[in-house]
This record gives sequence, structure tokens and C-alpha cells, in this order.
Amino acid sequence: MELTGAEIFVRCLKEEGVDILFGYPGGAVLHIYDALYRQEDVSHVLVRHEQAAVHAAEGLAKSTGRVGAALVTSGPGATNAITGIADAYMDSVPLVVFTGQVHTNLIGNDAFQETDSVGITRPIVKHNFLVKDVADLAETIKKAFYIASSGRPGPVVVDLPKDVTAAKANFKYPKSIRLRSYKPTIKGHPGQVKRALEMILKAEKPIIYAGGGVVLGGAAEELTTFARELGYPITNTLMGLGGYPASDSQSLGMLGMHGTYEANMAMHHADVVIAIGARFDDRVTGNVEKFCPNAKIVHMDVDPASISKTVKVDVPIVGQVKEILADLIAALRDSGKQPKEAALKSWWKQIEEWRSMDCLKYDRDSELIKPQYVIERLHALTKGDAYVTSDVGQHQMWAAQYYKFDKPNRWINSGGLGTMGVGLPFAMGVQMAHPEATVACVTGEGSIQMCIQELATCLQYGLPLKIVLLNNRYLGMVRQWQEFFYQGRYAMSYMDALPDFVKLAEAYGHVGMRIERPQDVDGALKEALAMNDRLVFMDFITDDTENVYPMIPAGAGQNEMILV
Amino acid sequence: MRHIISILMENEAGALSRVSGLFSARGYNIESLTVAPTNDPTLSRMTLVTRGNEAIIEQIVKQLNKLIDVVKLMELVEYPYIEREMMLIKLRADGEVREEVKRLSDIFRGRIIDVTSEIYTIELTGTGEKLDAFMDAVGEGRILEVVRSGAMGIARGERVLKV
Repeated sequence: MELTGAEIFVRCLKEEGVDILFGYPGGAVLHIYDALYRQEDVSHVLVRHEQAAVHAAEGLAKSTGRVGAALVTSGPGATNAITGIADAYMDSVPLVVFTGQVHTNLIGNDAFQETDSVGITRPIVKHNFLVKDVADLAETIKKAFYIASSGRPGPVVVDLPKDVTAAKANFKYPKSIRLRSYKPTIKGHPGQVKRALEMILKAEKPIIYAGGGVVLGGAAEELTTFARELGYPITNTLMGLGGYPASDSQSLGMLGMHGTYEANMAMHHADVVIAIGARFDDRVTGNVEKFCPNAKIVHMDVDPASISKTVKVDVPIVGQVKEILADLIAALRDSGKQPKEAALKSWWKQIEEWRSMDCLKYDRDSELIKPQYVIERLHALTKGDAYVTSDVGQHQMWAAQYYKFDKPNRWINSGGLGTMGVGLPFAMGVQMAHPEATVACVTGEGSIQMCIQELATCLQYGLPLKIVLLNNRYLGMVRQWQEFFYQGRYAMSYMDALPDFVKLAEAYGHVGMRIERPQDVDGALKEALAMNDRLVFMDFITDDTENVYPMIPAGAGQNEMILV
Repeated sequence: MRHIISILMENEAGALSRVSGLFSARGYNIESLTVAPTNDPTLSRMTLVTRGNEAIIEQIVKQLNKLIDVVKLMELVEYPYIEREMMLIKLRADGEVREEVKRLSDIFRGRIIDVTSEIYTIELTGTGEKLDAFMDAVGEGRILEVVRSGAMGIARGERVLKV
């Protein structure tokens, strides 16, 4: 049967199991919007800014493991989507972003709302396509979803000229797709698995360093089994939180710039580092010259380019971490071998000493609300089972440190790009995908204002988000660096003229609360969490002098932390 | 160290800019780059000359392989290989030096492909060093215009780069 390009587009989404599409209409995508209007399989969520459409699709993808989808118009629609696409690229989020384009015969003529979307997104996508012929449309969309979700996931942009969406073609969705130039490795090389196991079992001071790849690769269960069978300490990266239960005694918490003392010290003194789906990011390694000076490194990753990119690896294994871990567990059991018990015992003794420093302690008797306390109470009152999104800055680090994630896909934040403004749209995507779940957005008064307009979207779709604003009147992380490294010259980091967030929330049709005393924190959170049909915006007025500790200053080694 | 990377890639619009964009975005250096379709019209073959230490070259190769349009690649310096570059060079060849330029061209196995009473245009093929040597021999003062193709390379013997 002949269908228009717009109808084919909708059918393809249905074939790919996309039931929620985030977007914003405009001239170049009007045929598509008309086709969306005439069907019921794909529901469209109208955001208030294209950036939020992409972030919301990311939120859906990160919390479900499915491919997120967004649709924007040409020109400014596409350029507004750029931040979201770059964010997804840095954090390997499976995403397909459809951008409208001017008529094919106008491309290159500086037509109204024309921009070279394929050119402009090239450095920040896994791949992109310009569809010039409606006959290629279905196959291109199939390729886009396949590329986005396989191997190391990432965003794919499909640029759709308006005439292509109007032209007709026979619709036939390809069942599978084969690309001669793209064959991601799935299984790890058996020889490498064997070498890795030997090195792992020889360790006297081992540590497992697990990253976002574990969460993205759905390998949390395998990781947990692997770590427990060995009895080795484990630390998670910012992106890997929830990949191993934080409440477990083997967990040393997060590592890196604002990681725990015990995690960073264990990394620094380890003799074998087992890196799983982690990419040795500069916020983790600090100064690479001083990174894990005595360690042999085993690195499992689906992306060969992540291996030995910044830190030389001794035993690399390329493949899906889920597969590699399953093979390692099987090989471990078959071998009948055990880790070195005595050495491990004294290693744990050392780690417990580090842990007893209690590096996340803070002043619990303060008369001001401590941001850490709010997160701790949020964790307790949601029983650690909420989906938590965050923006970027101090509040993000506090959420990562104090909300002990026991499950994967529950912690949704912007790690690589560090995008302020993602928290609210992320939360929209998460709530859309999990209508019954508690979704909290931990944010700051700087970040929340970057996508504040989405409060309207939340009202339109009845999203009962719980916004936890840690309001310290400063761009806190900037202020912290200025305090530490610029002798307290707080250049442009004070947020003057803040809106009344309670009134603002109310103006958007939501419930607003302002909380100014520590003794009111619990009551407010309980009240907000009980309102499961309303968005509640909680403006916590927190101690404006509070800093994130521990901290490894830029250029320092992992053992050179600033503690409270 | 100088490296020559041969790349087979999908002959599609934008494929070249994916490669050149990768190099500029990641700060890798491109000494020369040539590209044209192969006997299989769906494939282009690119020869890319770059410089870097072992770790950088390893990353370049991995990042190139990550590009969806890159089908296959080969680091030529790992094998015995042949390298050629073509140059078209326009020289002032008048008066008493006219014969001398012709002789030099012959020595370098160049071909004079266009002639006026005062100018020779010469086609010359060889390694980059040979082309440099020819330019040194004729002297900067005689050179009116130079076009160089950039290096192309192919492995010796049985080894082939194909899909």
C-alpha cells in the first residue's frame, strides 16, 4: 500500500515500539504532525522548548533502556535540540532525533528556517542521515534505531525534508538490517577473558570500578553476582550509580572528584583495577600521571576506542559487559579457584580504616537546612526507590553521594556534558515512562531556570513530579571553586533577583512550598510525596556556605583529597 | 612518526566530512588526504597521511573505525607498501635554461604536458621526497605554480584492502 512519508514515519515508530514521542511542531514537519493527529499508536508530548524534547526522550531512554525519540522542526527547531543531542552523545544515550528540513529543492538556498542539520550535528551524533527519497525512509529509520541502540549506544539524527514527508511510497518495514561497515562486538574474546580472570584472581588489593556501561548494558545483575562471588570492593562512577547496590557493604560509593575517601584511596592503592563499562573520564582519574600508580588494569568495554584512550590498559576485553561478565562468572566457577583470602582480608581491613573517616559527615546540628540532609531524608522517605533526576552542580553531587541507589536506571543525570537544565525535562521523560513511580528532580535555583518553561508541559500531561530545589542563592559549584581557587572572589556566581518559586509554581498550576527550617524538611517531603496527582515544587532554602566534600582539586591525584 | 592509513568508506555524501571533522574535533593532524571512488562505485578509497605517537595513532584508527561510514581500514606502514604522489608543476623555462629544465624533468622521469615559448608544465609522479627533490633542483625562482595530489598508497604483494 502506498503511504506518504509522514505516514511511513508514524508506522516506523510503531514498529520500533515508540509509544511516546517528544516534540514541537513547525513548518517543515507539518505533514508529520498531521499524520500524528490521525492515529493513536504514538502519543505526542508537546514540550515548550525543543531542548526539553530531547532531554525528555533521554530521560525515558535512561530510565527504561529503550530508544528515546524526539521530533523537531527545521532551522531553530534543530539548533535548539543541539544541547540535548550533545548531552546524549556524551552519556551514550540511545536516541533518535528527527529534524524537519526544507524542501529538497530548496536545500542550500538559505531558505526560511533552513539549517544544515546533518552538518551541524555531525560531531555530536553516533551517526546521522538526510533522507532525500521517500523510498529510502523506512530503511533509514530502521538503521537509525539499530545504530542508536546497538554497540555503544548514542544519538542518531534523521533529517526529513518536507517534500519527502509528502511524497508517497510503498511501505514495507525491514525485519532486520545489516550494515557492512558496522558490526559491534558482542562476546568478549575467550583468550582475553581467561587472561583477565588470571589477573583478577592474582590480585591482593583489587577494586572493581564500574561505570555507566553497566547500567546502559543492563548488566547490573551480572555485576552484582561477579562482585559478590569475588568479595572484592566495588566503586561506581557517577553514571554507574545503581549498577551495584549502594547499601551493600562491598560498595565504597562513588569515586572521582567528589567520590568517597575510601573509593579514591582504594583506587590509588589497588594492585588490580577491574574497569567495567567505564571510560576513565578526567573527573574520575584526576591527574592521569598519578592515577592508580601500582595497578594492573583490566578493562571491559563495548567501545574499543574507550580502551587505552587516557590510561594504558593491561588486559582489554571488547564486548558487551553483560556477556563478558557472564563469561567471567562461568570461567570463575569452572576454575574452582578462589581469590587470595588472607590478602583480601587485610585489604578490607585497610579499606574499613579509610571508611571510618566518614568522609560524608556534615553538621547535623545546623540551624540552617543542610542540602545533604534534604537528600538523606528524600532517600529515607522514598525508601530509596524513587527515580531521581538532577541538574548539574553541587546539588547533583549531593544527590549522587547521599541518595544510595540500589537499582540501576534510577539515577538520571548529565555526566559527560554536564548540562544545566536537564533535570526537569529528564524527569518528564521518566514519569511518562513510569506513570506510577515517584520521580524526584533534585535541582538548584540556577539550573531549574534553564528549562523552567517545562512546568507548563508537566501541567498539560499531569505529571506529578516532586521538584526538590536546593536553593542556596548561588551557582554553588562555581562559588565553591571561587572560594577554593580564586581567593573568594565570587564573580557573577550570586543569583540576585530570584523569582518567588512558590508563586511561580502556582502560576504554572502546581503546588509550591518554601521550607526554611531543618525541622520542617520531613513534613514538607511527606506532604509532597503524598500528593501523587500534583506536581509539587519544594523550595528548600539551604545553607549558602555549604561545599561538596570530599574534593580532588583539578590536577591532583586520587589520594590528594580535600576533606571537610 | 609518519603514518599512512588507507580507508575504504561508503561512497556517500558527507562521508569525507565525517573523517575530516573527526580529525579537527579531536585535534589530530592531517598531512594529506586523497579520496576517490573505487572500482566498486559504492566505495571510496581514502589515503590519509598523519603524524603522531603510537597511542595517538591507535586512537585515530579506533575512532576512524567507529565512524559508521568507514568499512575497513589498513595502516600501510605495518606492511611493505608503495607510496605515490602526483605533481603538476608549471615552470618558467625560457632562454638558456629551457634545455636544462627539460633535462631535469627527464632525470626525474617527468613528462612535459604543456608547452609555451616560455613555460613548461610538467607531470611528475613519485614519493613526496622525490617531488620535493625536483622542486629543489629547479629552484624556487622558476616555479610558477604547484599542484600536488597528496600521497596514495597500496600494500605490496598479495595483501589487499577490500570488502
